[in-house]
Amino acid sequence: MSATLTAKQRTPVRPARILLHTFLAVTALAWVAPLLWALFAALRPYAETSTKGYVSWPDKLGFDNFTNAFQQSDMLHYFGNTLLIAVPAVLLTLFLSSCVAFYVSRFDFRVNLFLLLVFTAGNLLPQQVIITPLYRLYLLVDLPGITTSGKLYDSALGLVLIHVAFQSGFCAFVLSNYMRSLPHELTEAALVDGASVWRLYWQIVLPLCKPAMAALATLLSIWIYNDFFWAIVLISTGENMPITSALNNLSGQYFTDPNLVAAGALLTAIPTLIVYFVLQRQFVSGLTLGANKG
Amino acid sequence: MTVDTTKTPEAAAVPPPGTASPKKRVPQGHRRLLTRRDRLTLGLMAGVPTILHVALVWVTALASIALAFTTWDGIGFDSIKWVGLDNFKELFSNNPQFWPAVEHNVIWFVVLILIPTPFGLFLAVQLDKKIRFSRVYQTALFLPVVVSLAVTGFVWQLVYNPDTGLINSLIGANKPGHYIDWIGDPHLNLWAILIAASWRHAGYMMILYLAGLKSVDPALREASALDGANEWQTFKNVIFPTLRPTNTVVLVVTIIEALRAFDLVFVFNKGAQGTELLSILVTNNIIGESSRIGYGSAIAVVLLVISLAVIIPYLISTFRKERRA
Repeated sequence: MSATLTAKQRTPVRPARILLHTFLAVTALAWVAPLLWALFAALRPYAETSTKGYVSWPDKLGFDNFTNAFQQSDMLHYFGNTLLIAVPAVLLTLFLSSCVAFYVSRFDFRVNLFLLLVFTAGNLLPQQVIITPLYRLYLLVDLPGITTSGKLYDSALGLVLIHVAFQSGFCAFVLSNYMRSLPHELTEAALVDGASVWRLYWQIVLPLCKPAMAALATLLSIWIYNDFFWAIVLISTGENMPITSALNNLSGQYFTDPNLVAAGALLTAIPTLIVYFVLQRQFVSGLTLGANKG
Repeated sequence: MTVDTTKTPEAAAVPPPGTASPKKRVPQGHRRLLTRRDRLTLGLMAGVPTILHVALVWVTALASIALAFTTWDGIGFDSIKWVGLDNFKELFSNNPQFWPAVEHNVIWFVVLILIPTPFGLFLAVQLDKKIRFSRVYQTALFLPVVVSLAVTGFVWQLVYNPDTGLINSLIGANKPGHYIDWIGDPHLNLWAILIAASWRHAGYMMILYLAGLKSVDPALREASALDGANEWQTFKNVIFPTLRPTNTVVLVVTIIEALRAFDLVFVFNKGAQGTELLSILVTNNIIGESSRIGYGSAIAVVLLVISLAVIIPYLISTFRKERRA
């Protein structure tokens, strides 16, 4: 964080420090090794690796596998599908969970604790506990003209709804803790002055929650982007799949060419990696916002 | 962003000294200030998300329980038949995949809690020493947490592939007759997948512990150093006990992760021999050929019961503390 400060505090070089750095450097390298290996494979043509073996000096490195994977599998389309799911899901989750959080943290209703318990516990359940009836429910709900499938099943809307329902548990918990830490005089005074409840929420509480909302937005984007399970079960048409489950199809199609699959996998990971590198601090603080309680 | 979000919410809730005594929430009297319109707004604000969450999460969980006592082919409601405990009887006594799946879920948890979790703690303690390049190390170690588990599965397949994979190529086991089939061998594949799962879990645990360590009062360390304790003694007797809340979270997160484990296995070999998991069995009942809804629900109920056995005590302890706060 503050490089200058730590530089001053730093102790003189000791053997223990060198040992520690060596250990951490080796560990860090080992940690990225699988990804680097995938990158190495993806950069090489299949013809070359199949004759020379994968552990060999490369004759030719290039992005052919990436461009092939991108074009042959119509990845842009699947990235679009993901965007269509993730953007509304993240925004709706944040909006709805902040509403619940506002309700339970700023007012003294009897149901508050129970409500928060319901949300928090719901988010801790494994998804497979609810999938069977959910799958049936999604097949039952007819939405002619609203979704391409005519049902909740196999539609972006269906995935958005389950993401919102499921993730709002975690977000409501985190945001209610955050809102509880805001001074009560703030909203009380406004309430006495005749401000409406909506105004308290929208103009006073919500702007103060920006740091928490930013952290949660980062976390949710990565989680929802990375979702594999809901998409595998609730989407049946390849055309409607988000990128992660589409990758599963791609690898089934091209399983004979691991280099191409490696390129596809890495391409799939790129958006999350960008979000992570740019918003690392928000991501980490989001993870620890909810976890530091106990 | 300068806000120190690693602070515990409780700590943040403590008012700065000198302010008026902490008033909890809007006092009862102020409720009368709420107009009719306000009440309606509040009702909608809490009601809409609650209906969505309860309908899709809790009603379906309850429906799972109900369906577990029936048979249903999924075509029309009139084919639902009450069969009592038959599904469970068959599951416990007659399904060759069920007990291995339970065992694998347990192994999954035991491995995660015994290997990557302490390792994550160890890494967090090292990185907490304010060393140079700490950010670089952290970024590398967190990386697997960011990459989706499905992608992780593909990446590790490249490492484990019998013909072309990194390991076999390095140890010369990629020639016919010398194969080590990491993915196909039922004695090996679970462990191979667990290495990939641990790869991710260690980074995750490290984040949680780093946050926990940041909230340890520096005065404690100083006092311990003044008393002449060495690094290990300080950690064992001073730091670790203060990490108790983090340890609780870590334990719960690890159990839940072990119960939820799905993506990696699905990508690897769809839970074929050697890698069965409860989550995989439930899913195979839906997207597989057979549509045995009652039976699939019975497996889901087993998963639900185990989960609630963890979730309920955790929530009770968490919220009890909250009330006191």
